[in-house]
Amino acid sequence: MGKTVVDVQHVSMRFSLSSEKVDNLKEYFIKFVKKEITYNVFWALKDINLKVNKGERLGILGLNGAGKSTLLKIIAGVLKPTEGSVTVRGVIAPLLELGAGFEPQYTGAENIYLYGAVLGYPREFIAEKYDEIVAFSELGKFINVPLKNYSSGMKSRLGFAIATIVEPDILILDEVLAVGDAKFKKKCEAKIQSMFDKGVTVLFVSHSLAQVQKICDKAILLEHGQVIAQGGIDEVSAIYEEKTK
Amino acid sequence: MKKYIQNFVKYRFLLGELVKKGISLKYRRSYLGILWTLIEPLLTMIVLTVVFGTLFGNNDRTFPVYILSGRLLYSFFSISTKIAMKSIRTHSSMIKKVYVPKYMYPLSSVLTEYIIFLISLIVLVAVAAVLKVKPTIYLFGAIVPLVIIAVMAYGLGLILATLAVFFRDLEYIWSVALMLIMYTSAIFYKPAKIINGGYGWLLDINPLYSVVSNFRNSIFGAPLDQRALLISIAYSTVFLVVGTIMFAKKQDVFILYV
Repeated sequence: MGKTVVDVQHVSMRFSLSSEKVDNLKEYFIKFVKKEITYNVFWALKDINLKVNKGERLGILGLNGAGKSTLLKIIAGVLKPTEGSVTVRGVIAPLLELGAGFEPQYTGAENIYLYGAVLGYPREFIAEKYDEIVAFSELGKFINVPLKNYSSGMKSRLGFAIATIVEPDILILDEVLAVGDAKFKKKCEAKIQSMFDKGVTVLFVSHSLAQVQKICDKAILLEHGQVIAQGGIDEVSAIYEEKTK
Repeated sequence: MKKYIQNFVKYRFLLGELVKKGISLKYRRSYLGILWTLIEPLLTMIVLTVVFGTLFGNNDRTFPVYILSGRLLYSFFSISTKIAMKSIRTHSSMIKKVYVPKYMYPLSSVLTEYIIFLISLIVLVAVAAVLKVKPTIYLFGAIVPLVIIAVMAYGLGLILATLAVFFRDLEYIWSVALMLIMYTSAIFYKPAKIINGGYGWLLDINPLYSVVSNFRNSIFGAPLDQRALLISIAYSTVFLVVGTIMFAKKQDVFILYV
């Protein structure tokens, strides 16, 4: 223990919500001349400091719009913070949006290679794990059918199977994974549980306090982009319960 | 610097996958498939030869080779810059969901078109053989303009992609600019007509013309023209440097605009 694997320092994220979206030159020019370009600045996150040590399981609590998903996206590298810095040590598996980059015209098999590459896996690694992915996704003969003919459950099963094939050091989970039917859901939970057992570091966002309490040992509570409580799961969830009353 | 190279190495498979996807999807569900890369330029060459050769009185035997060489370079240039320009927007859903080095999108677009372009050069070889344009030692010089045009398209692609995120109008403006470039690149007429008319500077400010003219020199057995070579190298370097800087500076805020 003790080794910091996720280090978030003074992270702030600003969004400019211009009241009218200006995306063409003419409008921009006219508004620029008339000095009408106004931006409503909105700070989704303000000065967040966070350290997660190896093996810790951190729950991120907060009401809608508190900045939970923005924070996870920054840690996953999708968003770049306006200020501050994030250091991540180790292989990170963001189970945020499964199947980003799936190509509907491709077959399932082709998509395994494509999505694997999107996640930054080497080609040989995917080839080696190919059978395991197909087996886990339970797609069977459908693997050679174009993805556009898949049901949404089949798509998310494939996405989950590919995304979890690595052995990550850090796992990012957003909400409950609503993947497939009850049977497959159990399988997913078992898979995630096995990662927990290997001592993976977890960042978990959920509205369900019960789930967070089940999984996490530490928590932070966000409100309007600021950390208002931080510490052990029990004390933070007590404050959260107070807030949501 | 080392960090960037490591990152590129990590995502090089993605580049390959994106290029493969671009090529295979382009012709999927068409009966002739990849053959279209050969048929399409051949047909346009015939049309252009009829119009500008027969009707306008260019009766040179090798005129089709002349037209085809210019036309192939131009169509690569125009398609690749157009697709690279739109690449950020076409991949917006991916950009919002997963981290990928963003230059992969314009780079893979340009590479996809470049490979298709290289395949389509087979037509040029075939037509040149039929019309008995004999290859000379200077043919190896063709590699130089071929490399320059790839760099130029990627550099311009970066500039256009960055600007197009903020201003959609650019897509329309660029089509018009491309038309202007086409008419001032001496694709279906001899440049002498323009130069004798005192408008030679038009050819010089056109980034594509010097590439086209050197490519033709190599095909028709002449050495590379030093002046044109310098102009084209200058253009492609400037585009690449400016494009890289612009793209690198703005890439983090793309996600807020797409």
